[in-house]
Amino acid sequence: MAAQTLYDKIWAMHEVRRDDDGTRLLYIDRHLVHEVTSPQAFEGLAKANRPIWRKQSIVAVPDHNVPTIGLEQGITDPVSRLQVETLDQNCDKYALVEFKMGDVRQGIVHIIGPEQGATLPGMTVVCGDSHTSTHGAFAALAFGIGTSEVEHVLATQCLIQKKSKNMRVTIDGAVAEGITAKDIVLKIIGEIGIAGGTGHTIEFAGEAITSLSMEGRMTVCNMTIEAGARAGLIACDQTTIDYIEGRPFAPSGENWNKALDYWQSLHSDDEAVFDREIHIDGTSIEPQVTWGTSPEMVIAIGDVIPDPAAEADAVKAGGMQNALDYMGLKANTACDQISLDKIFIGSCTNSRIEDLRAAARVVKGRKVANTIKLAMVVPGSGLVKQQAESEGLDKIFIEAGFEWREPGCSMCLAMNDDRLEPGERCASTSNRNFEGRQGKGGRTHLVSPAMAAAAAVFGHFVDVRELN
Amino acid sequence: MEKFTPFRGIVAGIDRPNIDTDAIIPKQYLKSIKRSGFGVNLFDDWRYLDPGHPGVDNAQRRLNPEFVLNRSPFRHAQILLARRNFACGSSREHAVWALMDFGFRVVIAPSFADIFYNNSFKNGLLPIALGEVLVDQLFAELEQQQDYQLGIDLEKQVVSNAAGIEMPFEIEEFRKYCLQNGLDDIGLTMQHTDAIRSFEQQYYEKLPWLVQ
Ligand code: SF4
Repeated sequence: MAAQTLYDKIWAMHEVRRDDDGTRLLYIDRHLVHEVTSPQAFEGLAKANRPIWRKQSIVAVPDHNVPTIGLEQGITDPVSRLQVETLDQNCDKYALVEFKMGDVRQGIVHIIGPEQGATLPGMTVVCGDSHTSTHGAFAALAFGIGTSEVEHVLATQCLIQKKSKNMRVTIDGAVAEGITAKDIVLKIIGEIGIAGGTGHTIEFAGEAITSLSMEGRMTVCNMTIEAGARAGLIACDQTTIDYIEGRPFAPSGENWNKALDYWQSLHSDDEAVFDREIHIDGTSIEPQVTWGTSPEMVIAIGDVIPDPAAEADAVKAGGMQNALDYMGLKANTACDQISLDKIFIGSCTNSRIEDLRAAARVVKGRKVANTIKLAMVVPGSGLVKQQAESEGLDKIFIEAGFEWREPGCSMCLAMNDDRLEPGERCASTSNRNFEGRQGKGGRTHLVSPAMAAAAAVFGHFVDVRELN
Repeated sequence: MEKFTPFRGIVAGIDRPNIDTDAIIPKQYLKSIKRSGFGVNLFDDWRYLDPGHPGVDNAQRRLNPEFVLNRSPFRHAQILLARRNFACGSSREHAVWALMDFGFRVVIAPSFADIFYNNSFKNGLLPIALGEVLVDQLFAELEQQQDYQLGIDLEKQVVSNAAGIEMPFEIEEFRKYCLQNGLDDIGLTMQHTDAIRSFEQQYYEKLPWLVQ
């Protein structure tokens, strides 16, 4: 058989049928469901009187609307509450697995899937959320879908798809001390652009990727969608297997050995040909900070904000100027001159235990600058929170002046009460810096947890590698 | 879904690349559990001067007079003209619902984000990718003409301007077929339930841990 990419292999395993025009019916193993994109799908299903094809494939959790303080009062906003209640009702009605509010396993959907072992190598994983790409870290083909497709998967366990192209991004060499997965992925997006991966599935490879922990790999795959690709992939190796072993949904006993045999084949063949190959020098990556309103508008901490006047592409230059105006910034300002109002450490990009440890290391024994109005840490799940507390991280944050919150999406998209006010500037470990993302008129700078922690302490961006 | 038939419609242009889904429909409106009613909040942050939330009476909010959709004749626009990488960002189908609820049936741009492109067809919205040069030209024509209209013919796969110049566009056969006939994907897939069942049988034999 011809050499295959990892994407080709997973795809081939899931093809149910093929139409003459190249359209395929693709089988879906895991369907993650949350409250925002599912109500209309459940409603459509009920209206058409269709059953759910495979209930066991579903894991549901409320996350986007969940408050991060005052949980005893429940959700006070009636519109948010109705959405979460609708999810609860749908899950009860069909007897689906759901981690409801108050369950320690509740958290951001992309954190809890892997945490529970519900995301396994070789699977197809979908969710009505673009950051489903996160799960690609497990050599699973994982991508976000719209609500109509959520309904389609509920009803048929399949999706009508066309195969995308293969792209590989290889980070050559090891990254320097203090450089994190977030810096790697921001650098990649800066290089290939936010539409650079459109129509492709991106496999990430190279020493800098394989030496990452699962947490780091998830951070990289999480932001694949910010490079325009619906799915990102990383080959299965011992790090993957060690992470999965013993988790609640993971195979056990004899099945574990059978699974291992298969999982070990989940990598691209040596001779596999990619439609596009990108190489990035890992040794040159520095801590990254976005300056604009799209994740590709990113610079290294030592750089200055670029000047639209120097951009030859007129459409791009216009976009840059809009971004500078919105962000209230001037071209050629040094990155470490940017002062912040708020700090957000959380989101499905960076709210796993390792992220919190990295931030706590920076914060330990220091105080949040008095110019910072609010600094908050929002763990990705109840279990992450529990783990962090058992390590005493909550105390480190609280002593420094951070707020230690309950798990959820929180200020990543500000659907609950956590948000920026107009004009406020935030160092955020999330994944999108779009206009209004964290609140109307709010200004978002995307950074790693360590960089966000350092910005909290100094009140402006600093090179985290220079702290000791 | 309604069948997609040829029409001529008013064009509204938003001259920006990378218009993201947060701009098309801000998150606070995603709290709705319905599919309809998003049109009044399409491009909410750009369209209104006052902040908005679900439950707020939009008629009481001050409109931004500069914003294209607040100006006549664009309130009745059916075709949206934009720049590259339209609707990047989230998977929210609400973006498509909002555009359609406002009255748009077509979006023309040099390129689209994958998920949005896919979502559009499921609802009968036609995304048309035209080259950058053509889009430049359409923006130029739009600037010069009040009440600028374009004709859309899905059958012939062409966009035609007032001068009758036809600009061909690509579309996958299957998607075209579904749009023209107003077909629902789920119904089509349900015709293959036998194939799905027999797939499952061999699949779970090979990967038994998935049914553990
Ligand atoms: S944390 Fe942010 S990006 Fe992730 S699922 Fe929640 S809202 Fe979406």
